[in-house]
Amino acid sequence: MNDLPPFLVAVPLLGSVLALLAGLVRSRSGWPVAVCTALVQTGMAAVLASRAFSGQPVRYVVGGFSAPFGIELVIDGLSATMAVLVAVVALGVLGYARVAGPRSNAFYATYLLLVAGLSGMSITGDVFNMYVFLEITGLAAYALVASGEGGRSARAALKYLLVGTVGASLFLLGIGFAYVATGTLNMADLSAQLAAVGYESPLVRAAFGLLVVGLFVKIAVFPIHTWQPAAYAGAPDSVSALISALVSTIAAYALIRIVFTVFTVEFLAANPFAQTVLVAAAVVSIVAGSVLAVTQREIKRMLAYSSVSQFGLIVGAVAVANGTALTGAMIHLVGHAVMKGGLFLTSGLIADETDARTVDDYRGLAERFPVGSTAFGVLALAMVGVPPAVGFVGKWYIALGAVEAQAWPLVVVLLLSTLLTLAYFARVIERIFFRESPDVDAGAETAPDETLFTDGEGEREADDAGRPPVSTGMRATVVLAAVLAVVLGVAAFEYGQLLEPTIARLLA
Amino acid sequence: MIDFLVSRIYYLVSFLLLGFGAYMMIGNANLVKKVIGMNVFQTGIFLFFIVTAFVDGASPPLLTAPEPYVSPLPHVLILTAIVVGVSLTAVALGLIVRIYEEYGTLNEDAIRRVTSDE
Repeated sequence: MNDLPPFLVAVPLLGSVLALLAGLVRSRSGWPVAVCTALVQTGMAAVLASRAFSGQPVRYVVGGFSAPFGIELVIDGLSATMAVLVAVVALGVLGYARVAGPRSNAFYATYLLLVAGLSGMSITGDVFNMYVFLEITGLAAYALVASGEGGRSARAALKYLLVGTVGASLFLLGIGFAYVATGTLNMADLSAQLAAVGYESPLVRAAFGLLVVGLFVKIAVFPIHTWQPAAYAGAPDSVSALISALVSTIAAYALIRIVFTVFTVEFLAANPFAQTVLVAAAVVSIVAGSVLAVTQREIKRMLAYSSVSQFGLIVGAVAVANGTALTGAMIHLVGHAVMKGGLFLTSGLIADETDARTVDDYRGLAERFPVGSTAFGVLALAMVGVPPAVGFVGKWYIALGAVEAQAWPLVVVLLLSTLLTLAYFARVIERIFFRESPDVDAGAETAPDETLFTDGEGEREADDAGRPPVSTGMRATVVLAAVLAVVLGVAAFEYGQLLEPTIARLLA
Repeated sequence: MIDFLVSRIYYLVSFLLLGFGAYMMIGNANLVKKVIGMNVFQTGIFLFFIVTAFVDGASPPLLTAPEPYVSPLPHVLILTAIVVGVSLTAVALGLIVRIYEEYGTLNEDAIRRVTSDE
C-alpha cells in the first residue's frame, strides 16, 4: 500500500499501452480499457487523498535513491486535490466521449497518456521531473487537439505546439538557472538552498522570472494566450472539455508549487517587483480576456477567452500570497475545471443536437432543447459567481484574501471581474431563454426549409456517420457537471477548512 | 571587455541560439522552418545546460579518472530533454504533413488567406 504514489502515473501509462494493444485484437476496445483505467486511477487518487488530508504529506522516493538526489513524489493537500480532480474529470469526459468523441484506440491511448502526464505533474516533488511531465502533458494535448477532422485542428495543434514548446523551454531554462545557483533539483531542498543563496541574487531572480513566464504560456495568461482559443475551438468537443478543464489548471497548480514550495513567500516579500508583475499579469488577463470573450461570435472561442480571464483570477490569488487567497485559488481551480469542462461538453451537446455553434444560433434554444439550455444556463451562472455555486466561493475567498493583503487595484478588478464575466455570459443566456427561436425560419421560410431538409437527407446521413447521435451518457455527463457545479459550492467551505493545514505549511 | 566575452563565449552562443530560434519561429512563414527554429531554440537551452556542467581541465566523472570532475547531472537532464525535443519535432512534422495534405502549401500566409477564420 505504501507503494501507491508511483502507480498514479504508472497505471494510466500502462492503460495507454493496453488500449493500443487491445486495438490490435478488437477495434472497439479502447473505451472499456480507458474506463477501467480511469476507475482504478480515481480509486487510487481517493485513497492517497484521504491519507494526505489526514496528516503529514505522503512522501515516496522513486527507485530507492534518497531524497535530495533521487526523484521524490510528494502528495500533500494540494497535489491530492489535483490528482483527484484529474482522475474524476477524465472519468467524466470518458462518459461523454464514448459516443461523441473520436473513437479510435489511438485516441484513448493518447487520452490516458495525458492523464499520466497530468497526474505526474500534480504529485512530483522534483522540478526537472515536473518539466518532463509538463512536456508529456503537452505532447498528449497537441496530439489530442489534432484528433479533430480537417485542417483547422491540425493548424491549431501546430500553433499550440510551437507556443507550448517555447513555454516549456523557458521553464527548462529557469530550472537551469536555479540548478546553477543551488546544485539541486528537489523542490524542498531547492527552497532551503535558494534561501541560502539569497533572494537578491540575479541568478535566483532570473530563475523565478523564467519559470513563471514559462508557466504563464501554459496557463494562457493574457499576452501569451493566443494558442488557447485556436486550440480549444479547433479540437473535438470532448477534447476541448478535457483540455480546458485540466491542462491549464495543472499549469496553474505548478505555478503555485513553484512560487510557494520552491521560492516561498519570503522571496516575494524580498522582491516586490516580482509581486507587482504577477498582479499586473492577473489584472490585464482578467480584463483583456473578458473583453475579448465579449467580441467572440463562436461559443467555443468565447469560452476559451473566458478561461484567460478566469486564470487571471488565480494568478491574482498567487500574487496576493496569503492563506485565504490560496484557498480561493484551489477552490476556483477545481470549480473552474468542473464548470468550464461542463460548459464545453454542453456546447458540444448542443451543437450535436441542434447544430448551433455561434452566439446567434443560440436564439430561443430553451424551447428546442431544454436539457442542454438549462445545463448551460446553470453552468454559466455558476461561472459568473451566483451564490450557491462553486464559482462564487472561489471568487469570494480570492477577493477576501486580496482585501486582507490590501491590494486595492486587484480587489477592484476582482469585483469587476464578476460583472465582466456576466458581460459575456449574459448575451448567451439572454438569447437562450428570452428570445424567440428564429421566428423567420418557422414562418416565412418554412417552404425553403423543408426543401432544404429533404435535399440534405443524403448529406445528413453522411453527417451522422461522422457525427454520432446524442447518447444518454452525453446528457448524463452534462447534467452531472451542472449539478456538481452547484453542489461543490456547498462543500467548498468545508474543503477550505480541510485545506488549512496544508496551506499553513506552504506559507510557513 | 573582450576577455569578459571570450570567457563566456558558450553562454553567449547559447543565448544567441535562443534569439535566432525565436526569430525563425516568428519571422518565417514556412511551417517547416518554424519547426527548425523551434529546434534551434531548444538547442540553445541544451548548450546552456552543458556549459553549466563544464569545469576547465576537469575529467569525466569516472572513479579511475583524477579529480576534479565534471558534473554529470546536466548531461543526463539534457539527454532527457533531447528525447522530448525529438518527439516534439516528430509530432510537429506529422501535423505539417496533415496541413500540407489539406491546403497544399506550407506557407502560413497562404493558408491564412485561404481560411477566413481568425
